Amino acid sequence: MALYNSILDLIGDTPLVDVSGLSPNPRVRILVKLEGQNPGGSVKDRVAKSMVEEAEKDGTLVPGQTILESSSGNTGIGLAMVARVKGYPLEVVLPENVSEERKQLLAVWGAEIILSPGREGSNGAMRMAQRLAAENADRWFPFQYGNHANPKAHYEGTGPEIWRDCPEVTHFVAGLGTSGTLVGVGRFLKERKPSVQVWAVEPPAGEMVDGLKSFDEGFVPPIFIEHDGYELLDRKTVVGTRESVEWTVRLCDVGVFAGISSGAVVAGAVRCAQKIDEGVVVAVVADGGWKYLSTGAWTEDIDHVVERARGTIYF
Amino acid sequence: MPVDVRLPTVLRQHAGGMASVKANGTTLAEVFDDLVRQFPGLAGQVVTDNGTLHKFVNVYVNDDDVRYLDKLETKVSDDDVVSILPAVAGGALATN
Repeated sequence: MALYNSILDLIGDTPLVDVSGLSPNPRVRILVKLEGQNPGGSVKDRVAKSMVEEAEKDGTLVPGQTILESSSGNTGIGLAMVARVKGYPLEVVLPENVSEERKQLLAVWGAEIILSPGREGSNGAMRMAQRLAAENADRWFPFQYGNHANPKAHYEGTGPEIWRDCPEVTHFVAGLGTSGTLVGVGRFLKERKPSVQVWAVEPPAGEMVDGLKSFDEGFVPPIFIEHDGYELLDRKTVVGTRESVEWTVRLCDVGVFAGISSGAVVAGAVRCAQKIDEGVVVAVVADGGWKYLSTGAWTEDIDHVVERARGTIYF
Repeated sequence: MPVDVRLPTVLRQHAGGMASVKANGTTLAEVFDDLVRQFPGLAGQVVTDNGTLHKFVNVYVNDDDVRYLDKLETKVSDDDVVSILPAVAGGALATN
């Protein structure tokens, strides 16, 4: 128990919990880091706080200035909480097909939502935010895909916490979005213990990639390239929606109520445990299940849930 | 020993509009050579002229990104599915 001066001081230092009951291999332990314990409800609280405070320090963000960012949900929600506490107005470009709860939470914190076309996914939201930022130079645009304060939050926070709590770690598994968690934690752990393997889990690409006219319109996050993502990652694997939902539900067997992307990450951790002889796999549970109740993932027939999840952004 | 190759929308115009084609090979490099033999319009699209994967292309054998396997030397066999996808910003859509 402790007394905190600000809710923002509660960001980070999340618990690591043994869920080896889910491991298919008795010689492999699986531990999950519960990022849903952050006050804004996800791992992105770390990134939001880090980006805002770095910009305050270097003067690119000044008191009262409006913040503009794109997000598929969690970064927007984390930023909305941090911005509200610190007194910055916030505009979030959000794909229209994210879960309803994500929109509601942004409204809770008073953020202004700008919807981008659903079929363009996070890519479309990012491009719209880049355009709006260029047209409105008075806004501060953190650009989480290219902001070094994003991996820094994990290099200085998430990574050291895992190392402190579990130096036995042999594999680290996390979802791939901006790549901030993977390159930040991955670099920290490999500097301490070069044998650590870093696995990325992705959702299926889906229809959003159909809108591209050529590969030259593609995108790789600048922080992934600048932080040596190609060298740091040892494996990158796609986990489909059905498998993600199945593992989200199975996580309840060990008392973990997590979001759908965490089901995907744990499915990745289980695949990892199947492939290796022995080890300790640390996986990131990015958020809690609250924002996904409307998917019916825990209570309804899985065929219906998967059908409903088609065209929804849950990562 | 043909493998199934799933093509993204941006490449289908070079492959008679097909979303999925068969190609032969024991490595990805051989599979892509066979693809280009069948559909010359695909030359240079996935594998650049200097023999590396295009920067904004992700290729998967089953579920795994081949950049973290053996890249173009990744082995493939009969029942494998090779998927070619453009790289885009994360947080993608769920479809399967």
